[in-house]
Amino acid sequence: MATLNILVLTSLFYVVLLFAVAFAADTAAQRGRGRWLGSPLIYTLSLSIYCTAWTFYGAVGFAARSGLEFITIYLGPTLVMIGWWWTLRKMVRVGRSQRITSIADLISSRFGKSNALAVFVTILAVIGTTPYIALQLQSVTLSYAAFADFGANTGEEINQNLTAFWVAAGLAVFTIIFGTRNLDANERHHGLVMAIALEAVVKLFALLAVGVFVVWGLAGGLDNTLDRIEASAIARWDVPGSRWVGLTLLSAAAFMCLPRMFQVMVVENDDERHLRMASWAFPAYLMLMSLFVVPIAAVGLDIMPQGSNPDLFVLTLPLSEGRDGLAILSFLGGFSSATSMVIVAAIALSTMVSNHIVMPVWLWTTGGSAMMSGDVRHVAMLARRLSIAVILFLGYLYFRLSGSGAALAAIGLISFVGVAQFLPALLGGLFWRGANRKGALAGLATGFAIWAYCLFLPSFGPFMLMPQEVLDQGLLGISWLRPQALFGTEGLSPVVHAFMWSVSLNTLVFFIVSVFSFPQPVERLQGAQFVNVFEHSTTSGGWRGGQAQSEDLLIMSQRIMGAGEAQALFSNAARAQGIDGHLPEPTPDFLGELERAMAGSVGAATAHAMISQIVGRATISVEDLMAVADETAQIMEYSSELEAKTEEQERTARQLRQVNEKLTQISVQKDAFLSQISHELRTPMTSIRAFSEILRDTEDMSENEQSRYASIIHNEAIRLTRLLDDLLDLSVLENAQIVLNLQTATLSHLLDRSEVASGMSDGSFKVRRSPDVEDIELYTDTDRLAQVFINIMSNARKYCDAETPELSITPRVEDGIVTIDFADNGAGIPADKQGTIFEKFARVSETKAGGAGLGLAISREIMARLGGSIQYMPAQTGAAFRVSLPLSAENTAQAAQ
Amino acid sequence: MSREPNPLFLAKRTYHGRRMADAARLLPILGGGLFLLPLLWKTPSEQGGTGTVQVMLYVFIVWIFLIGAAAILSRRIPRSESDPSEPEQG
Repeated sequence: MATLNILVLTSLFYVVLLFAVAFAADTAAQRGRGRWLGSPLIYTLSLSIYCTAWTFYGAVGFAARSGLEFITIYLGPTLVMIGWWWTLRKMVRVGRSQRITSIADLISSRFGKSNALAVFVTILAVIGTTPYIALQLQSVTLSYAAFADFGANTGEEINQNLTAFWVAAGLAVFTIIFGTRNLDANERHHGLVMAIALEAVVKLFALLAVGVFVVWGLAGGLDNTLDRIEASAIARWDVPGSRWVGLTLLSAAAFMCLPRMFQVMVVENDDERHLRMASWAFPAYLMLMSLFVVPIAAVGLDIMPQGSNPDLFVLTLPLSEGRDGLAILSFLGGFSSATSMVIVAAIALSTMVSNHIVMPVWLWTTGGSAMMSGDVRHVAMLARRLSIAVILFLGYLYFRLSGSGAALAAIGLISFVGVAQFLPALLGGLFWRGANRKGALAGLATGFAIWAYCLFLPSFGPFMLMPQEVLDQGLLGISWLRPQALFGTEGLSPVVHAFMWSVSLNTLVFFIVSVFSFPQPVERLQGAQFVNVFEHSTTSGGWRGGQAQSEDLLIMSQRIMGAGEAQALFSNAARAQGIDGHLPEPTPDFLGELERAMAGSVGAATAHAMISQIVGRATISVEDLMAVADETAQIMEYSSELEAKTEEQERTARQLRQVNEKLTQISVQKDAFLSQISHELRTPMTSIRAFSEILRDTEDMSENEQSRYASIIHNEAIRLTRLLDDLLDLSVLENAQIVLNLQTATLSHLLDRSEVASGMSDGSFKVRRSPDVEDIELYTDTDRLAQVFINIMSNARKYCDAETPELSITPRVEDGIVTIDFADNGAGIPADKQGTIFEKFARVSETKAGGAGLGLAISREIMARLGGSIQYMPAQTGAAFRVSLPLSAENTAQAAQ
Repeated sequence: MSREPNPLFLAKRTYHGRRMADAARLLPILGGGLFLLPLLWKTPSEQGGTGTVQVMLYVFIVWIFLIGAAAILSRRIPRSESDPSEPEQG
């Protein structure tokens, strides 16, 4: 009895330790210190919930009954794990990008967010898992009873039901505390995962310890152990091929489909890269777990009395040898295996039950409106907690009803075959775009019907749920419908038989129905999202906003995600839309994001349904998709318009910049001009003053000198007059006060006149002309036009810097317009000056003295008056001007006047 | 929907990464085959048939080999998120 007390105390201490670890990890994670909590090692260890009490105790029992066959249960998951690149990677990626909360959510989400499918999967998962939970309770009570049997000579009867009840209750409390801390099931349960990781270490250590004790303590070394195995009842390698292959495949399938495995592998996954380490570390864990199974079984069969339960060898071997400490460790290992499985299974199932059954029902009963008052968040949380309690109670109930008759491994395998029915829908959904909802539903229904008929119902014993006649002769006496020999396939063990028929018919029906039915648009969208998850962006679905009221959405999501988180989401979205401080527009993007965020709390189907209620649409029809497509087209059109506008704005901005540059230059020029003009005015003024003073004050001045000084004064006065004339001229031209003196002249005559006037004819400048085309009669103000020509020519004379300067003049007549090009062979005008040469006071070079920079400005004004223009042609080798004017200036001149 | 044209030749590193991914795909198939092998061994009814011990040792050796191979591959597969996989489907 002392041992029993120590056992109880140790167990309690262990439970307290688990609570403490979970609590510490949660606190650390909340404070952001728990980086190591998300390490790949913890992830790998959390996968170890695959090894339940069924593994811990049952594997040895399995080995004691049928030799090496037990190992297939570990080979399947090993192959799945090392083949992570095929499937698990995709599952995890999809799970993360779609914020999947459970396997039911994944399947429903893939097949058009169908709640019917989610409910179906949930119910099947509950049916498949409840016996498994019962199995865990049974293993804890059995192991406890085993202790009692050995230690107790007091005659005190252990009440197994009571033990099971307290274990179930304790687990419910633990799971509720650490498994429903946050509503978002997609968030990590750090405390819980940490506790599971600790339990993983404990159970591995315990099993290894027992193994080492058995091999080196009891059997007397490795060789002796191998000899004992050779001598034992399980020495023969006679595992039927069908079972070896079948069970490997079955365990591989179950590994991917078990709700609890999905929970730790996909939902609790912190980082996709953790799979890398798990891909080899978890097989290593499984290998170590099964390392000593056969030795323990062989030695147990050898040492333990006939008829003792081989399922408990791990515990009874140390006990029978009086190793109480080791036995307690072993008990803790089994306890860990059982509890961690139950906890995770309960969380996984409760998420499914609350998201896919309770919440939809609640929404429906409250008038189908998500806009009701009250806190949905609270309801969801309560639903999840109640679901945990109910699931554990169901497990307890099953335990009470089934008693402890069936061998542990049998229940485990039955459960495996049940959940393996998810496999076709799961893999089909991930890899085949043609898979659809009807196919998945039909396949699942077929698979489960066969599973129930062939395996589940018969498992309760011949007289419980299925009459013996049916077992022997088949349903309605049709021998082909015998539950354990469908279509006459005898010779297979019931498990492999049921697995083969259920999964293959499931797959077949799934395939056929999928091929011959047409999916809804949303299924096709989701299908593309899932199958091409590595190529696509993470957006899913397609919401048409507009009718949705942002305020209603905010109210609803506050009640689901909590006020703070919802407000943060909304304000982020508003910021992204560029309307900071307001509610975001219900754009399809935003609705999609909101739906995914809510899916983390209540599952994809419910989130979809809730948003539909507010957006005012229950399903996505083809019309809606068309509308979405239209909208996309509109957006694209709009954005191209925007683009055009942007371009226009850019162009305007460019023009503005140019104008600004010009203005700045003009201002600079004006300043330069003012100093220039004052200089220009002062220089002649100074000399006029100086020479007039000389003339006045000098008494004896020769005639010659007098006339020289007087002519200087005269010349300077002329220069001044010319400058003032120019200014006046320009001002007159600009104010359109000019009176044109129109007359007829030939171009060649005008050019001749200008050449002489500009001093070009002195031989220093070579002028190339084309006499044959110059004979053009013009009716215009010939004096003004000549002024322009003279200006251009004298500019060329002044500025052309070529060694043998040349000016070519080429006239051309086109459509009543005369164009005369003047091009010299100098360096031309620098690009930065080209924009301003026609401005007043512009001078190409400050150093080269010349006029006041009015010539070209006057020319431009003159040409404008004459109805023509003067342009600088930048693409020429030297400076080139093009003067163009109409043959007859009459109309334009009249218009100008 | 237009798929970017895949380059014909890849940098050595990328090429190596893809071959590692190929190896990771092959590994479970190889493992499955190796685990099935004992089924072809002599049945115990014959003289000198295979015993549990031999199969057990064989299975564990294969197991350790697979773990080691998976460990090496998991380190060699490129970590970049721009996933170099699915080259065959392109």
